[in-house]
Amino acid sequence: MNILVCVKRVPDPAENEIEINSDGSDIEREDLVYSVNEWDNYAVEEAIQIRDQHGGSVTVVSVGEEESEEILRREMAMGADQGILVSDDAFEGADGRGIATILKAVAENGDYDLILTGAQSDEGAAQIGGMLAAMLNQPYASLVNEIQVQGGTKLEVGREIEGGNQEVSEIELPCVLSIQSGINEPRYVGIRGIRKVSGVEIPEKEASDLGLSEDQVGEKAARVKRVDYFHPEMGEGAEILEGGTEEVAEKLVELLKSKGGMK
Amino acid sequence: MEHALIPPAEIAILGIPGMVLALLIPVVGIAAFGYIIARRLIPLAKGASDPRFDRFPTRIKQVLLYWLAQYKQPRYRLAGILHIVIFIGFLILAIRSTSLVIIGFSPDFVFPGLDGTAGTVYGVLKDYAATAVFIACIVAGVRRGFFKPQRYSVPAKYGTEHTWEAIFVLGLIGGLMVFEGLFEATAVAAQAQQGAAAELIAPLSLAWFFSVLLGQAPVAALQGLHTTAYFLHDAIFFFFLCYLPFGKHFHVISSIFNVVFSKLDRGRIKPVQWGVSDEELDNLESFGVRYVEDFTWKHMLDFYTCVDCGRCSDNCPANTVGRPLSPRFISIKARDEMFDRFPVLGEIKPREPLIDRVFEQDAIWSCTTCGACEEECPVMNEYIDKIVDLRRAMVEAGQVPQSLQKPLGALEKRGNPYGKTEKKRQEWTQSLPEEIQVRVAGSKDQPATLYFPDSATSFDERLQDIARSSATILHYCGEDFGILGKAERDSGHEVRRFGEEMLFQTLRDANTQAIDKSGAERVVTSDPHAFNALTKDYSEVPPAQHMSQYILDKIQSGVIKLKPMQEEASVVTYHDPCYMGRHNLLYDTPRQVLDAIPGLTRVEMERSRDRSFCCGGGGLMLYYEPPEEEERMGQKRARMIGETGADLVVSCCPFCLTNLEDGIKTSGYEGQIRIMDLTELVARHLDWDARQA
Repeated sequence: MNILVCVKRVPDPAENEIEINSDGSDIEREDLVYSVNEWDNYAVEEAIQIRDQHGGSVTVVSVGEEESEEILRREMAMGADQGILVSDDAFEGADGRGIATILKAVAENGDYDLILTGAQSDEGAAQIGGMLAAMLNQPYASLVNEIQVQGGTKLEVGREIEGGNQEVSEIELPCVLSIQSGINEPRYVGIRGIRKVSGVEIPEKEASDLGLSEDQVGEKAARVKRVDYFHPEMGEGAEILEGGTEEVAEKLVELLKSKGGMK
Repeated sequence: MEHALIPPAEIAILGIPGMVLALLIPVVGIAAFGYIIARRLIPLAKGASDPRFDRFPTRIKQVLLYWLAQYKQPRYRLAGILHIVIFIGFLILAIRSTSLVIIGFSPDFVFPGLDGTAGTVYGVLKDYAATAVFIACIVAGVRRGFFKPQRYSVPAKYGTEHTWEAIFVLGLIGGLMVFEGLFEATAVAAQAQQGAAAELIAPLSLAWFFSVLLGQAPVAALQGLHTTAYFLHDAIFFFFLCYLPFGKHFHVISSIFNVVFSKLDRGRIKPVQWGVSDEELDNLESFGVRYVEDFTWKHMLDFYTCVDCGRCSDNCPANTVGRPLSPRFISIKARDEMFDRFPVLGEIKPREPLIDRVFEQDAIWSCTTCGACEEECPVMNEYIDKIVDLRRAMVEAGQVPQSLQKPLGALEKRGNPYGKTEKKRQEWTQSLPEEIQVRVAGSKDQPATLYFPDSATSFDERLQDIARSSATILHYCGEDFGILGKAERDSGHEVRRFGEEMLFQTLRDANTQAIDKSGAERVVTSDPHAFNALTKDYSEVPPAQHMSQYILDKIQSGVIKLKPMQEEASVVTYHDPCYMGRHNLLYDTPRQVLDAIPGLTRVEMERSRDRSFCCGGGGLMLYYEPPEEEERMGQKRARMIGETGADLVVSCCPFCLTNLEDGIKTSGYEGQIRIMDLTELVARHLDWDARQA
């Protein structure tokens, strides 16, 4: 099975202190460190496991700046066979639909039986997988937490639904799945692993290589535009506990006790 | 020489001349033994290199102390004494056994030097030695068979009990003693009956009892018993020799070599591969131990030598709290794997990975590298280097628990496991009083002394007090000191011990460069893990001291003057951090500092000094979530502290502080026992009025 996994380079909240910039248009990007989007990492691990059991190949693709090459390399150190970096100034200001359009072009440029995306990334829109499936006219399952390969034409995919219940669906290949975190335990990639693939060439594609024009994918084509970005003001009843860890924990216990949440 | 009974050499057994049989048994025995040993050496020859052919004076001292003097044995009193009796008995009886074998084909053989008085003295000595060994075997057998000490039991997941093997061997040894005694006693009884001058037999010895019992026995019976005893002794002797390399009694042969080649550098981790420099590491095909033959030859010799005594696991904190790690079974399972893969008879089997087959992943991650197992092992087996080598291979294969991946990722990106930004590393200095200035050392400002707090002490709110206390003490002493600030990276001490060598090297190189740039002439740290890293894992940094050493120096030179005990504590106990004590032998330094506080009453825990019980481990170990654990090590330790009646426990490691503070709170001692770092206690007792600076 040939699998394409879409991955994104994001600032990991575990390694950054995310703050909003002064004009409220974005987060403060100075002094950020980046990693692969956590959900995408689960998707790559899942793809590698499917390939190891059923054969085929795993290709990772990322749309972004040149720096995205570092996360492609990390995923290749994990076990992905190839990487594709899609980078072009023309993509600047693209909305979700624009990104999906680029990924559609990548998918059509290759021969993939299965396309995986992370359920969501840093911006939390969780929109690419669904749009990409629709554009490719392929079936789509979201928030997948289990994949069973059924012969060469079908998959069984699981999803957790309300109340901790599990739903299993059958889906025809080729298809697009968005992967939920926790589907597997992604393997560790050390510095040595990355060094081992440091010499592998990662092809870089521009808009023209994919037959895309600026008005299809860039800012001009974007029909969703961010108009504000802020930290919500504290509302009624909300309270932020201040103090050291212990102090906060003590206050929380008191609060819970007084409101009957704890005996 | 006249013989009262026909010697074995001159009697015929089933038509075969005794001399032939007496020659055949040793020839076959020695040939078989030689073959077995040659086969057993095959995996060692395939093993990784390990340079141990150096520092022979030290190595000879090790042999005298740990092998000949059995120094570690009495740490377990009864078992130790029994072992010493059997060991010394074996040494004494080696001459007797050898001459017995030779007598079989040369009846008048006397060991050179043992004719005359020396021989008589030796004869008495060996009679008592045999008797003592015989009694020790019976006591040991009863102990193993009836009382069954807990530490010998085999948990179901590791197979079945090993009791039969122990009893069987004790039986063989006992048999040797009995037949040696009978052989002698029958001759003496016959001599007495014939009125000849009887050999001197030691009164009340095993042989003496036999000679009394057999005093009136007919000569024919004595003759039969004499011959039978001889050949049974001979047969058991060579059977035992060949049986040794099939189980835990291999140590009878291998322990001396194991002690000669034992590790001499405490606290150090072996390089990924001996003889391969850091720069050449990229050329290595793989890291660490994946298959049993990836171990070094010495580590394989350790497996052969394991005595299955269970002392390691009895002292292992991970094992004690129910984590899936038993150092004893690391050795036994690896030995069995070697026996299975490289059998004495038949073909060598193809290699298979150890992880998930011989060892569980979580067993290998459960180790805190506290060193209690190595401290206890009577034959000087190593564990930490093996665990680290196994982890190196797991890291390479991506088999790292999810709980460790986040902090490792943060260490790679930010140089600390918390994922905090670099500039926050020095935030702890902000709440210091104005007069205490902590400079940031770099190319512009170059203080002589560098204080290296390391990550936990820099970022953890509670532990930052150790950094502030250290800075206060340094300031009190008028020290010209600074910190690296945002240029400091995690020391990487646990990163290396968790098997992520390349990340460790990145951190080490960054620190080495920053320290070099700071121009510091020496480094002090309040973290024993950082201290161990700076002194053992780093090579191009100025000399490093632990704060307790610095404080003691300053107390002794009169710079630090301490006020009488201010804390409301009646009794204080000291907890030895693993990387202060076992790995660096700094047992007395912190105790001397405590004793320098006038009016401080100090008591010891039952488990202290080299038997200290690990608090739960530091660095990455704080993040590891073991799948099974009955209680935390810190909780167990809190109860040990409670047993002393102390109301204040002092340690000198940030991780001990964290783990024990948690342990005290969660095991019901909150409000009864307080914990402080040594620097905190000293900082509060500085006599500012008497300050010289």
